[in-house]
Amino acid sequence: MGTAIQCKDLRKTYDGKVEAVRGLNLAIEAGECFGLLGPNGAGKTTTIEILEGLLAPTSGEVTILGQTWSKDARDLREQLGISLQETRLSEKLTVRETIELFASFYREPRSSGEVLDELQLTEKADSWVGKLSGGQRQRLAVATALVGNPKILFLDEPTTGLDPQSRRQLWDIIRAFQRAGGTVLLTTHYMDEAERLCDRLAIVDHGVIIAEGTPAELIERLGGHHVVEFSVSGNADGNAMSAWKALPGVDSVRDEEGLFSLSVREPHLTIPALLDVVGKRGVELVHLTTRQASLEDVFVRLTGRHLREE
Amino acid sequence: MTVAQQAPSVEFKQRAAAPPPNGRWAGFTHLLMARMKELKREPEVVFWVFVFPILLALGLGIAFRNKPADVTSIAVVPGRGTENVLAMIEHSPRSSSIRARAMDEAAALQGLRLGKFDMVVLPDGKGGLEYRYDPARPESVLSHAEVDDVLQAAAGRKDSIATTTVAASEPGSRYIDFLIPGLLGMNLMNSGMWGVGFSLVDMRQRKLLKRFVGTPMRRSDFLLAIMSSRIVLMIVEVGFLLGFGVIFFHMRVLGSYLSIALLGALGSVTFGGVGLLTASRAQKIESISGLINLVMMPMWIFSGVFFSYERFPAVVQPFIKALPLTALNDALRATILEGTPLRAQAGRLLALGLWGGISFVLALRWFRWA
Repeated sequence: MGTAIQCKDLRKTYDGKVEAVRGLNLAIEAGECFGLLGPNGAGKTTTIEILEGLLAPTSGEVTILGQTWSKDARDLREQLGISLQETRLSEKLTVRETIELFASFYREPRSSGEVLDELQLTEKADSWVGKLSGGQRQRLAVATALVGNPKILFLDEPTTGLDPQSRRQLWDIIRAFQRAGGTVLLTTHYMDEAERLCDRLAIVDHGVIIAEGTPAELIERLGGHHVVEFSVSGNADGNAMSAWKALPGVDSVRDEEGLFSLSVREPHLTIPALLDVVGKRGVELVHLTTRQASLEDVFVRLTGRHLREE
Repeated sequence: MTVAQQAPSVEFKQRAAAPPPNGRWAGFTHLLMARMKELKREPEVVFWVFVFPILLALGLGIAFRNKPADVTSIAVVPGRGTENVLAMIEHSPRSSSIRARAMDEAAALQGLRLGKFDMVVLPDGKGGLEYRYDPARPESVLSHAEVDDVLQAAAGRKDSIATTTVAASEPGSRYIDFLIPGLLGMNLMNSGMWGVGFSLVDMRQRKLLKRFVGTPMRRSDFLLAIMSSRIVLMIVEVGFLLGFGVIFFHMRVLGSYLSIALLGALGSVTFGGVGLLTASRAQKIESISGLINLVMMPMWIFSGVFFSYERFPAVVQPFIKALPLTALNDALRATILEGTPLRAQAGRLLALGLWGGISFVLALRWFRWA
């Protein structure tokens, strides 16, 4: 398997001022599900639209399946399926008519019936698009991408705004595409989506990649697999932070308005020590939880911000 | 409108096993079919394209239907010299078109001022008559001429030339005959501008254009499908309105239907091109609505839809004649009302072609897909 998507030093500046993408490098292997994870405005959509050939980069190189947009645009289009962040398909066409319309653009499309079945839209085949629920619309958007029988599927925020069941349905569809040998590039700002779906991830912030690897690797790099969160009564004095930091097995400490979170390797060593220190300082523990570290923690650690913050 | 029918589901099932590769025109055909279905399923389209022009024709046709010249109303102020005026009018052969009443001077002049009377006849104090009328009001001018004529004839004037008058109110010369081709032209402009310009910006705003461009769809096929749907719709539009004129107002169509159809197609494509140009960069439907109205406004006023543009001063005539709707309306009127063949209207066709052609070239250069 070769490299499906590659870009080098990708840059995009809007109107000569706003730098949406500032030197981004990616190499995505064929058969991989790769995620671009980042907050809103990080440059994810700009990046994916450049890779899709819908936006011209200000500078940098893009190679898709060994071809370039400048030379092989039409041939590339035959091999890609895309779903934009927000497309309002014609409301007065039926689901089947919409899929058949998209199928008609490709030289060798898949059968519309098969795609309808696969995306569980057969029951809705003769309904107007305007009558569909959010989850059904999103599945239809993916159906219009899959009907061209693509080698690569680009999905920009495929599950934003969907209910949990619809999200899981879409994840199953994406996995099935991947199992059949397809390559997937998706953007998301959902941690769980990235963690469950993606083989590899790039965390994007302010137009550059700040970390890249498998979800496990990224969490590993955080320095601890567990997070201990607690808060104490009374005013935390300036020494508190260093006291927490000095606890055994603590890799890093964060203070979020009185809620402390510790990245730890071995919670069974840290917690007793923590309780001990709390007692000695004469304050009371108000709240204590421990959990597995997530990509959210990785993001917070790297940027000092939460992913969903505006 | 049974233009585009869905492929039967049986055929669809056969294809499901192994869909054959798509031919060169599959995309175009599907785009055209999708467009026609969308139009058919949009009640507003049916109203604006079919019902509205007919209501307009009906309303204006009835309001301005040809009727006998209005009866003129005059007041006669009693006095020396006016004693016989009422009797002279009453015994005249044209007594039915003049209604005269005796009235004192103050009331009569007040009535003239308020438009109740078209003219007042007063004694001039020297045994003759004095006519008071308002030269700025056409009915007052008519009344002056008519009453004077009746009184002079009744007083014994002899006409020096023998004349015969024949009334002509044939189909072809009535206001409705003038109006219907104008409405046809206006309708072609409206639906070209809205059907192409507005719907493209709508698709751009919905990011549907961007989504299409992300497929191997040929952009030329897409534009061709939009234009073709205009031509299909044009045939229905023109047929409907013209048929209405023929059946309801007994219009006489002197030109060939083929010429009218060709003109309609040329008009559709021309205004489709202008619509495309208007839509080439607009991002929001609010801005395209304003732009479309801005482009159409001068043509509504100047291009002779509802009244002849000959009424505008000579200075602006060259400007008016350069407008595409003027060319289209003139050509439609000449063809429908006079039967002028298209080959005798090269200038108008050229004007339309230039507007359409130049718009297309510029639009394709500027058009923003994503």
